[in-house]
Amino acid sequence: MAITTASVPTIWRLARLEFDPVRQQRVLLYPEGVVLLNDTGASILELCDGKRSIADIATVLGERYACDVTADVIEYLSQLVDQELVRD
Amino acid sequence: MTSYPTTLLAEITHRCPLHCPYCSNPLKMVGAREELTTTEWTRVLSEARQLGVLQLGLSGGEPLVRGDVEELAAHARSLGLYTTLVTSGIGLTPARARKLRDAGLEHIQISIQDSDEGSADVIAGMKGVRQKLAAADIVRELGIAFSINVVLHRANIDRVGEIIELAGSLGADRLELANTQYYGWAFENRRALMPTAAQVAAAADVAAKATTVYKGRMQILYVLPDYHESYPKPCYGGWGKHYLVVMPDGRTLPCHGATHITTLQFDSVRDRSLGWIWEQSSAFQAFRDDAWMQEPCRSCARKTIDFGGCRCQAFALTGDAAATDPVCTLSPKRAIVDAAIREAADSPYRYRYLHLEPQRS
Repeated sequence: MAITTASVPTIWRLARLEFDPVRQQRVLLYPEGVVLLNDTGASILELCDGKRSIADIATVLGERYACDVTADVIEYLSQLVDQELVRD
Repeated sequence: MTSYPTTLLAEITHRCPLHCPYCSNPLKMVGAREELTTTEWTRVLSEARQLGVLQLGLSGGEPLVRGDVEELAAHARSLGLYTTLVTSGIGLTPARARKLRDAGLEHIQISIQDSDEGSADVIAGMKGVRQKLAAADIVRELGIAFSINVVLHRANIDRVGEIIELAGSLGADRLELANTQYYGWAFENRRALMPTAAQVAAAADVAAKATTVYKGRMQILYVLPDYHESYPKPCYGGWGKHYLVVMPDGRTLPCHGATHITTLQFDSVRDRSLGWIWEQSSAFQAFRDDAWMQEPCRSCARKTIDFGGCRCQAFALTGDAAATDPVCTLSPKRAIVDAAIREAADSPYRYRYLHLEPQRS
C-alpha cells in the first residue's frame, strides 16, 4: 500500500529504537534483525508515534532543516513499510 | 579493523528433551558439568554488548532446562540487547513465561516438528506436541514477539501448507520455514532427511503464495534448501563479520557448524575475552575477508554476494575448508552434492542423544 501525506505511520509494535553507544548510532531492533540508522532516518522514526501524519512529520523536520523534506520522508518510510517495520 | 558483530547465539546448554535427527548441535556434545556458570554467561553478555552485539539468541539444546534464563534475559535487557529465546516450548509454564517477559525478554521462538501429531512425535523422538501447542498459547498471551520455527525435510515438507495454517492459527507473528541445513546430526541423517527436487519445488510454491496471503499478519521466512540451489548461501554475511556462537562450555565459533572443521581450534571465553576471540583468535581469522579463497571463487564476481558459500559445508563435503562450497554449480566438486540428492531415501533416523545412544532394535 502506497503511503501519502495523510498516512499516520507507526513503528512495528515488535520493533524498538535504541541508541547504541558502541557504534554511536541509533538502531532499530526487531525479531532477528537490526537496522543501523543514519541521523536523518532516526529523526524520522522518532516522530513516528502513531499520532503524527507524514505531513506533520515533514513539517517538524522541514523547520529543523529549513527545506521541504516531504518527498524524502515518504521515500524513506515507504522502504520500511515494504519491510513491514513501519505500519501505516 | 574488524567489523562490529551484531548477533550472538548463546548455546547455554546441550541438554534437551527432544532428539530431533536434524539438530545443528555437534555430535560430540557438552555435558551439564562443563557448562558455563550464570556468572560466566553474564560476563560473556556484557563483553558481547561492548563488542557491538545487538541481537542475542538464548538457545541450546533446550535453554529452559537451566534455571537462570530469567537472570540472563534481565542482564541482557539491562545492556540494551534484543533477546530471543529459542525453545522447544517444553518446560514453558505460564508463570515462567511471565517472569521471562518481565525480565525483558522480547521474542520467543518455538519449534514445531510437523502439523501432523504422529509425525511430529516421530521426528522429535518424544511425545511433545500437546506441550508445544500449550506453550504457543502461553507465548501468544504474553504479547511479545512470537515466532514458530519448522525445519523442513523429506517427512514433513509435503505438509508445508498445513504447517503454515497451523502457525497462523496459533497466532505467530513470524514463521520460519527452514529447509534442513546439513550440519551436525542433520549431516548424519542426510539420506533420510533429504527431500526430492519435486518436493522442494512444490513447497517453495506454497510458501511463496502464503507469504502474500499472510502479509501484515504473519511474516513467512523461507530458508532455501541449499543443496537444491545453484549458488551457495552467503554464510551469515561472511565468516567472522557479523555473527558469533558461544557453546555451552565457552568455546566460541564463527557459526554453529564450525566444529565440523576439525582443522580449526576454538578458543574459550574461559581463557580469553570475547573481544580477543573476535579480533585475534585463529579460528575467526581463518576465513575472514577473501585472502583464503581459491579459484573459482577468487576471481568470481559473486564472491561479494555469497563469500564462497559455507566453509563448514566445504570441509564436510570436500575435506578442504577453503574450497568453493560444492553447492555452487561453478564448483568442480558439485557432483558430490548431486550424488547426495540422488542417494536420498526413506530410512531410519539416528536420533540425537547427549550421552549414550540407546541400542536400536
